[in-house]
Amino acid sequence: MSMKDLFAGAVITTRVKEVVAWGRKNSLWPMPYATACCGIEFMGTVSSYFDISRFGAELVRFSPRQADLLIVLGTINYKQAPILKRIYEQMCEPKWVISAGACASSGGFYDNYSVIQGIDELIPVDVYVPGCPPRPEAILNGVMKIQEKIVAEARGKVVAA
Amino acid sequence: MILQQLQEKFPLEIIKTGEGYGNLFAFVKKERSHEFFTYLRDEPALKFEFLIDLFGVDRLKLNESPRFEVVYQLYSLTHNHRLRVHIKVPEEELVISSVVDLWKAADWSERECWEMFGIRFEGHPNLKHLLLFEGFEGHPLRKDYPINKRQKIPIPGEIV
Ligand code: SF4
Repeated sequence: MSMKDLFAGAVITTRVKEVVAWGRKNSLWPMPYATACCGIEFMGTVSSYFDISRFGAELVRFSPRQADLLIVLGTINYKQAPILKRIYEQMCEPKWVISAGACASSGGFYDNYSVIQGIDELIPVDVYVPGCPPRPEAILNGVMKIQEKIVAEARGKVVAA
Repeated sequence: MILQQLQEKFPLEIIKTGEGYGNLFAFVKKERSHEFFTYLRDEPALKFEFLIDLFGVDRLKLNESPRFEVVYQLYSLTHNHRLRVHIKVPEEELVISSVVDLWKAADWSERECWEMFGIRFEGHPNLKHLLLFEGFEGHPLRKDYPINKRQKIPIPGEIV
């Protein structure tokens, strides 16, 4: 079918930016960085009951070079810090980061000598998802927030995390 | 029985013996500790061939002197008996002889004990950080380690 048939002669006006944003938003390739219990909730999120693929983000990658959405799930300690930073650096632009759960966002109840008090000390974070652990719905909500952010960025708006 | 035998063999080294929490225990001076442990492992009537655990204790808040203590939890598979050995380590001389050559299991425990309390194990083949990162400042399980002290975040090394 040619493009002409598809739109049945109708005219669509849009902007390249919008089309690109639409594409990005519906084909996020997440890379889970799961170090603790929150990672289990992510497994639930990708599985069929909650089904992250409804949002076009089912293609979970375990190579940062193929991913554009880093989801950090779990406790990040000082020994992990360089690894997480290196993985973030290896992701290609444009990239987004979700900090899922209390540990990743603030250190959680691990207020001690070995745990980073929030991954934003290391890498920029776009969306924080609260919860210990956050329910799969909450993680999905985080993904939707990223989608909103992608569209808003294309329209030239700055969105607060 | 065990304690009696030990007391006869090491009358000068043993400070105190007894039974607590269902376990025999012995407080031993650290000077000839290696000899003492060799005896525990090899003596046919004792045969403590299994080191269950080795850990440090900081008694700062109890105002005890000497401040540190290393505890060895031993078990004999042959005779099915247990023994807990306490060795006091003073703050001024934080060193004790390693038992890695007697029990391989002591390797990681001694490394952990060293990084958490700063107790050095003389004769350990590879006394470096186990759980913490290289460059960690201080010994976090000491009672005077500040509770909200934060370390400098390590930066990633070169990509190899
Ligand atoms: S936030 Fe709670 S559930 Fe998530 S990693 Fe931390 S302790 Fe585990």
